[in-house]
Amino acid sequence: MRLRIATFLAAGTAALSLSAGQAGAADTIKVGILHSLSGTMAISETTLKDTMLMLIDEQNKKGGLLGKKLEAVVVDPASNWPLFAEKARQLLEKDKVAAVFGCWTSVSRKSVLPVFEELNGLLFYPVQYEGEESSKNVFYTGAAPNQQAIPAVDYLMNDIKVKRWVLAGTDYVYPRTTNKILEAYLKAKGVAAEDIMINYTPFGHSDWQSIVADIKKFGSTGKKTAVVSTINGDANVPFYKELGNQGVKAADIPVVAFSVGEEELSGIDTKPLVGHLAAWNYFMSVDAPINKEFIKTWHTFIKNPKRVTNDPMEAHYIGFNMWVKAVEKAKSTDPAAVQKAIIGVEAPNLSGQMSTMLPNHHITKPVLIGEIQADGQFETVWKTEGLVPGDAWSDFLPDSKIIEADWTDKLNCGNYNTVTKKCSGQNF
Amino acid sequence: MRFPSPLLASILALVLLCGVLPCRADDAALSTGLANLKSSSFQTKTGAISEIAESGAARAHPILDALMAGLLYVRQADETFLIAADDTAEATMSNALTGEPVAEIDRDNLKKIGINNQMRGSLTVALARLSLRGPNAGARKLAVESLYTSLNDETLTLLRDALAEEHDNGVRAALRIALALADLEAPDVEKRRAAIAVLATSMNSEVRNRLLAHGAKNDDGTALETDPALLQETALALEHIDRMRKVYGLVETLFFGLSLGFVLVLAATGLAITFGVMGVINMAHGELMMLGAYATWLVQQAMPKHLELSLFAAIPVAFLVSALAGIAIERGVVRFLYGRPLETLLATFGVSLILQQAVRSIFSPLNRAVATPDWMSGQLVLNGALAITYNRLYIIVFSIAVFLALVAILRWTTLGLQVRAVAQNRAMARAMGVRAGWVDAMTFGLGSGVAGLAGVALSQLTNVGPNLGQSHIVDSFMVVVFGGVGNLWGTLVAGLSLGIANKFLEPFAGAVLAKIAVLVFIILFIQRRPRGLFPQRGRAADA
Repeated sequence: MRLRIATFLAAGTAALSLSAGQAGAADTIKVGILHSLSGTMAISETTLKDTMLMLIDEQNKKGGLLGKKLEAVVVDPASNWPLFAEKARQLLEKDKVAAVFGCWTSVSRKSVLPVFEELNGLLFYPVQYEGEESSKNVFYTGAAPNQQAIPAVDYLMNDIKVKRWVLAGTDYVYPRTTNKILEAYLKAKGVAAEDIMINYTPFGHSDWQSIVADIKKFGSTGKKTAVVSTINGDANVPFYKELGNQGVKAADIPVVAFSVGEEELSGIDTKPLVGHLAAWNYFMSVDAPINKEFIKTWHTFIKNPKRVTNDPMEAHYIGFNMWVKAVEKAKSTDPAAVQKAIIGVEAPNLSGQMSTMLPNHHITKPVLIGEIQADGQFETVWKTEGLVPGDAWSDFLPDSKIIEADWTDKLNCGNYNTVTKKCSGQNF
Repeated sequence: MRFPSPLLASILALVLLCGVLPCRADDAALSTGLANLKSSSFQTKTGAISEIAESGAARAHPILDALMAGLLYVRQADETFLIAADDTAEATMSNALTGEPVAEIDRDNLKKIGINNQMRGSLTVALARLSLRGPNAGARKLAVESLYTSLNDETLTLLRDALAEEHDNGVRAALRIALALADLEAPDVEKRRAAIAVLATSMNSEVRNRLLAHGAKNDDGTALETDPALLQETALALEHIDRMRKVYGLVETLFFGLSLGFVLVLAATGLAITFGVMGVINMAHGELMMLGAYATWLVQQAMPKHLELSLFAAIPVAFLVSALAGIAIERGVVRFLYGRPLETLLATFGVSLILQQAVRSIFSPLNRAVATPDWMSGQLVLNGALAITYNRLYIIVFSIAVFLALVAILRWTTLGLQVRAVAQNRAMARAMGVRAGWVDAMTFGLGSGVAGLAGVALSQLTNVGPNLGQSHIVDSFMVVVFGGVGNLWGTLVAGLSLGIANKFLEPFAGAVLAKIAVLVFIILFIQRRPRGLFPQRGRAADA
């Protein structure tokens, strides 16, 4: 037993020090990967680490960057928020990486933010989030609320004719802020307060009986009802199971989710979910040649033809290519030069269009709504005409409506108050 | 030969077919409908559903059933529609139009007909119409109820005909309610009066909505119901319905509480043995549950053909896996730390982390999909306001069975006797010839095995992943401490009362606050009675 644990630990440390061991070679450009490989978030973040390794590998096959090879520096912050900050510092100070790709939860991003601002590093953050932030040092390649939540609500309101709304979420910052924005948006669209039900549950909530019964009652008044779900991670499975068991069908009360993607679906019995909706900027089922190519590369790299691709992977794909183009444009990996060069840079997204990095450090993306199929894939039922520019500060909250972010020389500020004409200087 | 369009092709094919076989007009409508199903526009496909349903062809029903279940395929080579027997990769296929089995299937050439929610809605109504005369009374009742919202002259005629032939009382009641809903709009006052009387007996939410709309006053004081006496009766009927719904609501909450309570009991009984009887604080208890859940998944992977039976097979496997892991922990770690609770706590916490990361490395950090057998899905509908989900019902039964078995083992077997003897006085038991070390290992194994059984049940309720144990360990300790250490019956009462308290608090306080309130209550309770609900008495308690 003791021997086995020892080998096990040795294997783990060996894997981690693999890249660190090669440090010191001056003819490479280092790229930091800051994703949890152990702990609760490993479920989502491990895939992103592999995606980054694949992208770096592909770039090296094309001859690297500025004539140098790229080198990945992988660290494991172990789903531990303070450790994220420590590891970020290690990447920037000790390993001197040119850019970092990482973080998943908002709280991990908030915890590394001061480090990146202090040491002037670059962070590419690939996950949809609640907005209300724009840092000089962070590039948000995931969706802002106006690129996911608002279009989803528009779809339900206009195409499905939903009149009553359940906003169900896990009790933390992303659902709370998103629901605040959605509630303001719905009220602005003339939805009465009694037609909105807001519900929060703890992380990993597993007993959904009474909440589903409440949703059922709320939806039985004859008006079309939908659930907008910001329920996070593991709590989704028991939620959908309970919906299925209590006979709530997608055709009666559809649930549109912002955190359920192909990766999450691969770990659950999809039967009770069929027909429910998800809003993302990318689906694995998107019919575009560039997407087929990406999936093929991924399957070859990961050596498993059954692995799925998902939205945050696409975000890293776009973010990485934008960074590469910005470095080529600036002819340097110096963060200050890249920050200047990257604004306005275009890179292909996997739907076959070109995404642009905006002055507020968010990007333009298409918004897709898909119905979950029995095989764990999505059938796209609705899609925005063009690309939607990411909005850092929501236009539907009175406090943030007046705030603007622009990192070009025009403002050079992440939170410029258009009323007082002042930059508060605080970026998070 | 290439046809200009698939539609034209199938019509032509039909004409050719009609030359050889007797052909009827309803089959022509069926074929146009089928041809439209190949379209990529969901609008056209939705139209196709009603074309098929209204064709009156005998094959319409099985085709729509297959479409709803996602089993309808089109063979792209000759545009023939096929129906798969099930959703596995090697399912047998039959021709959709004739129902005859198709021997050779080129599976790469098959395209599934996808559906969306709009189509599902039309399918439900179309299938309801077709199954009004089906053999299954439950299905007929559901069919009638799904027509409540789409009552028109055509469906009403169907329903009246069905009522004349129907023998089942439940279905007859549903049919009468459907007709009464239509009668609410009748010009004849007596007809409306009779309708309201019938509707007052129904708990269906659609009925309640219609009555509400019927009796609701507009801004100018008028209502849909013009007769003042009937307006009064509508209000009374609504009052009656609401009162009954409240009663059923209480019963429902009680059931929710019981089912949560029994899950807690199931998770905590194993701990009640290791912690309660042996006094070992085993932080790895949650991970033993996780092992049980993974064992369930492995069993399911091993017998994909017998999904319905896999859970029964998983019960002994999960018990053994967790029991062996438990014995290994006891012999390898805990044995050396008896009498040093703090060190036991730390050591078993370490074990729990090792087990978690081991599972992450072996099975990947992703959750594993444990399928729910059909007999555990769905709900037992008692009436429009009360339904009980099967999975919770079976878990309650399972939990009671495990609990009673454990009580029986401790009460009537030799092992049980020795366990109790060692727990009460180790030195004395050894003097009587009990192998205390062996008993410790067996007791720990028994407690761990029960944790494995809890894992089987949890695999049906929540995620099977490396974090499964963590999310249940705190609740389990809470139940054992509240119930009184060393008392199985205390664990039962504590689990149930915490479950019910939680569910009755949830509607007022929300899930987060309800949980906090329960925790605060337990802290206060433990302040007042440190030994829990049912403290152990006598000399053993002082040891």
